[in-house]
Amino acid sequence: MTNEFEPKVLAFVCNWCTYTGADLTGTSRIKYASNVKILRFPCTGRIDFMLILKAFANGMDGVIVSGCHPNDCHYTSGNFHARRRWMLFRSLLDFLGIDIRRICFSWVSAAEGAKWAELVNETVAGLRELGPYTEYHRVANFLSDSPTEARKEMEEQHE
Amino acid sequence: MKRKYISRHSLMNCLKKVQTDGISLYAPVTRGEQTDFRFITSVDDLSFDSVQTVRSAKAVAFPCSEKLFSYTKEKNDVQLQDYNPDVLPEVLVFGLHPCDAVGFGPLGSIFNWDTQDKPYNERRKRLTLISLACTRADEYCFCTSVGGGPGNTEGSDIQLTPIQEDGYLAEIITDKGNEWYEKYSSFFEEAAEDIRKENYLVEIPVKFNIEEVERKMTELFESDIWQLQSERCIGCGACAFVCPTCACFDIQEDAHGNTGNRIRCWDSCGFALFTLHTSGDNPRSTQSQRWRQRLMHKFSYMPERLTVVGCTGCGRCSRACPVDMNLSDNLKMFNYE
Amino acid sequence: MNDLISQVQSLLENKTIDIFIGYEKGTRKPRPAFVSKAEEAGKLIFNENCSGNLAVYLTRKDLVEGKKVGIAASYYTLKNIILLFDENQLKEDHLRIITLSEKGEIQLLQSLEEIKQRLKEMSAPAKADEEEWVRKIDAMTVSERWAFWTEELSRCFKCYACRAACPMCYCTKCIVEINRPQWIQPWASVFSNMDWQINRVMHMAGRCSDCGACGAACPVGIPIHLLSHKMAEAVKENFGEPDEKGNVLSTFKPDDKENFIV
Repeated sequence: MTNEFEPKVLAFVCNWCTYTGADLTGTSRIKYASNVKILRFPCTGRIDFMLILKAFANGMDGVIVSGCHPNDCHYTSGNFHARRRWMLFRSLLDFLGIDIRRICFSWVSAAEGAKWAELVNETVAGLRELGPYTEYHRVANFLSDSPTEARKEMEEQHE
Repeated sequence: MKRKYISRHSLMNCLKKVQTDGISLYAPVTRGEQTDFRFITSVDDLSFDSVQTVRSAKAVAFPCSEKLFSYTKEKNDVQLQDYNPDVLPEVLVFGLHPCDAVGFGPLGSIFNWDTQDKPYNERRKRLTLISLACTRADEYCFCTSVGGGPGNTEGSDIQLTPIQEDGYLAEIITDKGNEWYEKYSSFFEEAAEDIRKENYLVEIPVKFNIEEVERKMTELFESDIWQLQSERCIGCGACAFVCPTCACFDIQEDAHGNTGNRIRCWDSCGFALFTLHTSGDNPRSTQSQRWRQRLMHKFSYMPERLTVVGCTGCGRCSRACPVDMNLSDNLKMFNYE
Repeated sequence: MNDLISQVQSLLENKTIDIFIGYEKGTRKPRPAFVSKAEEAGKLIFNENCSGNLAVYLTRKDLVEGKKVGIAASYYTLKNIILLFDENQLKEDHLRIITLSEKGEIQLLQSLEEIKQRLKEMSAPAKADEEEWVRKIDAMTVSERWAFWTEELSRCFKCYACRAACPMCYCTKCIVEINRPQWIQPWASVFSNMDWQINRVMHMAGRCSDCGACGAACPVGIPIHLLSHKMAEAVKENFGEPDEKGNVLSTFKPDDKENFIV
């Protein structure tokens, strides 16, 4: 038993490409890091940015968002719309000081079982280096702390 | 009432001593253009010069979000972790103005009107209020119109009046103030007999007749004056949240599977959601009805039921309003209508 | 000022408009004022200090529904009027706009075309302060930025003045009022305040006129308009100047940049 940090990763994937791709990884007997939990969505266009924030609030160290390659969307343009939203979302999170290296965006098709394994492995390796993500989780849980902790929200901070 | 003198230097040392005694300090701090109450860790952060803080001091007894209890579900049983007042800190609220100290009166009346509110009372019990009489005011101040004044001692445990650059007249007002004084008496000196506090206070003109406002308001319930006054109101909750006497709150659930917290958080009668029924009906569906409620509550219902006006004349609502709904100007209209 | 008053009076008298949304003298700054009778028009003023964005009242049903409206419009108010037209919130023949020329003269705009033309001629007010702050924050490290914003947002008590003051926040049911599922915790805390701001800015992406009304309205002085300004910059940087094809997030280009996608 090692004490090594095991990152918790949540993957938001589309039903038609990446989910099927991840399935292929399994049926091809390719081994990959078991740190990831997969959530299936109809389309990347459905992946609300709030879901990503909820993942961090609930203690995830990293997030993968993946779907069909451009022009391959089952619904024609869901991934194009999602891509625009992610661009702006990334820039906003970065501006707020939320580490965007913890969100990995990717296109993985139904045929790319090997790419999925590689994506998860690389994401987990990257998160291992970054360490646990506590900042967001901590502010999300301020009520469960003692009143002294909660009071810090009303305290004058020094640089 | 005892009258003492304390120099600025001794005062700062006294506050440092208070902190080392384990008492938390809640006081005005200036950041940029705004001064606001914060818990402070260093007395150097203190600000003495502001006319008014953005928020009132009420959050120290009535925080904007507070956990009332937690629960854990286990099979068919529910474990309750009740509100624990033992972990609440002793707090010295320093540097609040008389309009804020007096505000704890109406606030306490609301929280003890029907049910004795445990979280509020427990927090309030642990507060000592050392107010600073006003030597400055601005055009929004109207405490003298609602029965207060720049040197009003009501509500304060101790009141300091700046009588020179570096010294204060200290009036020890309540028993609690006296206990506090006894504990820290070494920092105080005797005050000269001939100090006349009034000479140092700012003059705040009376802007309207409060009895007249109370009387007229009740008569004008159906008048279109409310519509006229509230046309530009955009329905935010800024006025209620900065007010020293607004006490409306919402109860919310913070549920996580088998555990959860029950939370109380500030609410405002200015929000459309405030009176929205589950059926979809909203008895106060327009902003003018909500504005009427706000004013009637403070100047008619509260005097009637709690024998106290729900306004201390601090003027915060008018300063905070994004569209300049100036309360004293609007109240003035009830003197002429 | 007499020009403005007589202009509004004649618009009201010949029933071109039913109500005029303008400014009157306020406590410290000019404040919004509403005039529906010609004899009340005397209180109106309009000068460079009239900075509040009056477009926020154009979607207030209790005030303007079924009425022909005149409005005193600054640069950003005009911009918001165009945006509201784009989102089908206004009717062209129901709106008369009074704006100030560079020389401070009163001008009457009667159609969408005229507004667009006028907006092209006007120069956008300088945003030097915002730009400097955004540069300053950009230059910080991630953890410094986090410390900056969590400290700022710790003061937020959720009065939603930012939402109320925004001309584009006209939804009758806001995401913060939805509790199944509860996307944003309704009580104030650094976390839920941040969630709210992220939502506000994301929902405004590409629809924001960058007028700064959100930041100006904040009673506790949190510089949330910097988030809006940063978003406006990101929209411009990634998708260029706005075109007629619709909101940036409801359209796309197959060759949008994707250097961040692996």
